[in-house]
Amino acid sequence: MSAGLDTAPATGGTTAPAARRGVTAARLLGLVVAGGLLLLVVLLSIAVGAKPIPLSGVIHALTHGEGSVDGVVILDLRLPRTVLGVAVGAALAVAGVLMQALTRNPLADPGILGVNAGAAVAVVFAIWIWRFSDLTDYVWFAFLGAGAASVLVYLLGSRGRSGATPVRLALAGTAVSAVLGAVISFITLLNPRVFDQFRFWGVGALSGVDADVIWQVLPFLVLGTVLALGMSGSLNALALGDETARALGSNVGLTRALGAVAVTLLCGAATAAVGPIGFVGLTVPHMARVVTGPDHRWLVPYSILLGPILLLGSDIVGRVIARPGEIQVGIITAFVGAPVFIALVRRRRIPEL
Amino acid sequence: MSAPTVASPHTGDTVLRGRVLRDPDDRFSVRWHPRTLLVCGVLTGIVLVVAALSLSTGDYPVPLRRVVETLLGGGRTIDHFIVVTLRLPRLVAGLLIGAALGMSGAVFQSLSRNPLGSPDIVGFTSGAATGAVLEILVFHGGQFAIASAAILGGLATAMVVYLLSFTRGRVAGYRLILVGIGIGAMLDSVTAYLLTRATLYDAQNAQVWLIGSLNGVGWEVVVPLGLALVVLTPVTVLAGRTLGWLEMGDDVAKGLGIPVERTRLVLVVTATALAAAATAAAGPIAFVALAAPQLCKPLTRASGAQIVPAGIMGAALLTLSDYGAQRVIPSTQLPVGVMTGVVGGAYLCWLLAHEWKTGRA
Repeated sequence: MSAGLDTAPATGGTTAPAARRGVTAARLLGLVVAGGLLLLVVLLSIAVGAKPIPLSGVIHALTHGEGSVDGVVILDLRLPRTVLGVAVGAALAVAGVLMQALTRNPLADPGILGVNAGAAVAVVFAIWIWRFSDLTDYVWFAFLGAGAASVLVYLLGSRGRSGATPVRLALAGTAVSAVLGAVISFITLLNPRVFDQFRFWGVGALSGVDADVIWQVLPFLVLGTVLALGMSGSLNALALGDETARALGSNVGLTRALGAVAVTLLCGAATAAVGPIGFVGLTVPHMARVVTGPDHRWLVPYSILLGPILLLGSDIVGRVIARPGEIQVGIITAFVGAPVFIALVRRRRIPEL
Repeated sequence: MSAPTVASPHTGDTVLRGRVLRDPDDRFSVRWHPRTLLVCGVLTGIVLVVAALSLSTGDYPVPLRRVVETLLGGGRTIDHFIVVTLRLPRLVAGLLIGAALGMSGAVFQSLSRNPLGSPDIVGFTSGAATGAVLEILVFHGGQFAIASAAILGGLATAMVVYLLSFTRGRVAGYRLILVGIGIGAMLDSVTAYLLTRATLYDAQNAQVWLIGSLNGVGWEVVVPLGLALVVLTPVTVLAGRTLGWLEMGDDVAKGLGIPVERTRLVLVVTATALAAAATAAAGPIAFVALAAPQLCKPLTRASGAQIVPAGIMGAALLTLSDYGAQRVIPSTQLPVGVMTGVVGGAYLCWLLAHEWKTGRA
């Protein structure tokens, strides 16, 4: 990853301030376009489904409340689902940016590096042993599992002289996920009740989620996102390498620690709410980088907008292609994201590849 | 007797080790490696002990003397039912599947020159699982249809992964593994989707198959598996004798007069067929193919692919795991795949850490 050299304040640059202002304006415009696109996807997500509702009906219901059947469908079912999709999409995308920056690894993703599996196994334990079925109870387990798995994968991947290369982290993540997957099958096999709860949660779906869940996870997601926005400058410094970052006056240890906390909050809460969803965290930062380049101060906001577009877009596709049933969003994102992963593996010159 | 030593240009390791027996006129010679023979002997001993334990203990204990009597054709009817109809097919299936997985893993790891180049990692297992679950849940096929679907799915996936990792005229080891991870993720999500579409009962049956289980395996599974191994094992072992030279690189091997492309093709086909036969018989049992060859290396300290020791090691691992899986929780027969998954996965983590620390992989 070549470093964002425009870490200097945008207005105080010594070279061609006019050109820089042009770039800034273009990126702001891009951000506005992405925002508009997100709004469109949100409206579509409310309108499309087993019972299609025209856009005028959507706006009427949103402004006038639960007066009609459409109003009930929208306010009780589609709106919570859409809001959750926006929150989770943004969280996973930002978590992807953070992981890719902290590990300097273009292949980092909460799914590939085993963080989702960590959260999943902790949730299964919570359902099994303490019979929790309420998200407020098991969200803490999800944090614990996500945090423990990310630390474990990082420690495993960074052993030896050449440190945590992309390939090693991906392999360590796969190995840890495999162990955790076996533990999950062990528990679910012994216990049909847990298996029945888990097989739906385990694909990653936005459907059938209560409005309450949103309020329970939103504080954690907002906190994680704010942390990420706040540390985007330090992430730029970190991209130059630990030594250069230190020389520039950045506290590398603090950045990594805060980053890990943010990743744990974002992945843990998102996974607890909707189940493990892979590849959003991998794909979105790469899409955003096409526009923004490597500057994290732009990359994070773009990901906040593009993540929900991808996740809600996938959710809408899943609702449309299997009428009258639907395909869970985690399956669609795997089909969108895995080809991106394979293309990256084929094209990029990754160390040791 | 002499001790030949040939150094590999890449690693500096000794490629050939052992002693050579020749007749005085030098018309006939055999290379043998005492330590490997010793390891094979000890492993066979372990297998025999596990076999004796699995046949004689359980909910209905049969003393060892009566087990032998029954196996020799005598004994009481009840003993015959317990030992020959219930316990023996499960034991033999475990032995055969373990041996097939161990040999397949040894060949793949040697061909890819990578300790991770096992059917588990390169996507074969995910493809087989998706194929089988599709058959179980959508087409409601019987045992034979499920096995065929698993083999087809596995082969198709392995081919797609291989083709996608082909860039600039060659397949780099790590790219193969990463592409396998990507394709595997896609297929796993398809499997998960199929599981949500099924009834709880069907889904649980499919789940048990997915983990890999020897529960309820009868002679009708063992016989075709045994026939497959009778055909595949000699071919694999004979073709695999040159793997030690292939590990030195294609150019060196060609220079030494080994038909590189033909040998590789034969070995890829037989190793895939071994993995496919094992998967078709009992589902994708995790990590045996990965762990068996790796465990053999430090024990035998011999060169080459060590197909035979890896096969015996695989048989020992699987029968031991199955013995444990049947007894670790009283009243429940766990699928053996859970056991190999937890233990083997932890071993894989350790292996990665160890290899990276010593800078070998």
